[in-house]
Amino acid sequence: MNKEKTNKIKKKLKESSVGIAGLGGLGSNAAVALARAGIGRLVLIDYDIIEESNLTRQYYFLDQIGKPKTDALRDNIKKINPSVIIDAYNEKLLKGSMEMRFKDVDVVIEALDSAETKVAFIEEILTKLPDKPIIAASGVSGYGHSDRISTKNLGRLFLCYDENARSSDNDILVAPRVAIMANWEANLALEILLGEDS
Amino acid sequence: MSIEVNSRKVEWIKNETVKELLKRMKYTFPLVVVKINNEIIPRSNFSDVYVPNNSKVSVIHMISGG
Repeated sequence: MNKEKTNKIKKKLKESSVGIAGLGGLGSNAAVALARAGIGRLVLIDYDIIEESNLTRQYYFLDQIGKPKTDALRDNIKKINPSVIIDAYNEKLLKGSMEMRFKDVDVVIEALDSAETKVAFIEEILTKLPDKPIIAASGVSGYGHSDRISTKNLGRLFLCYDENARSSDNDILVAPRVAIMANWEANLALEILLGEDS
Repeated sequence: MSIEVNSRKVEWIKNETVKELLKRMKYTFPLVVVKINNEIIPRSNFSDVYVPNNSKVSVIHMISGG
């Protein structure tokens, strides 16, 4: 281990914050990855409760079925890294004010479900918070084809992308591929916060 | 006389706008960005910008799932 690098990164991440919109397969796994990495603060937003079908890919447990995802994820993160400050909002993102909870975070992660909501959210962040980096994901369904995933860098938008994947409406969502994309988003967040790994 | 749209070679049509190209390609999914030869085309200009011959067009869209 490189002690000097470890300490430098630890300090920087401790002072950093990431906001995550949606706590399903993408959001719950990205949040846990960032908590393990030592992020200082997470802003988490979701209005959903946990269903049994979520457990194929989302970072929750059987005894949490029926609980709000915000509460359950806070509990799970506290068991991993209790020093993370968590601001969790059990609420729906409303068109016209989707950026509201993300004004003071360093990086925003889009981890929503439907394509329409993803686009609306990205547009609101890009137009209303003009300096904020935003990371989004598109094409998470199915299995295999890890090599088709790439990062598209479009100004302040960083897109974890597989254009050949099918919509989840006509496909399956399973842990390996969803978690790759979630960790890809978390990894991009580290790169934005820390600068490129030299 | 051709253009490349998301790595697919398609015929170039003179005076075709971005909006018309998207329609021809049957791209109906929610769009994030259209780039022509690496230049980002704002959504508000889709009806005004013509797609040049030999250009490389990237249509970046969102697919449901999370």
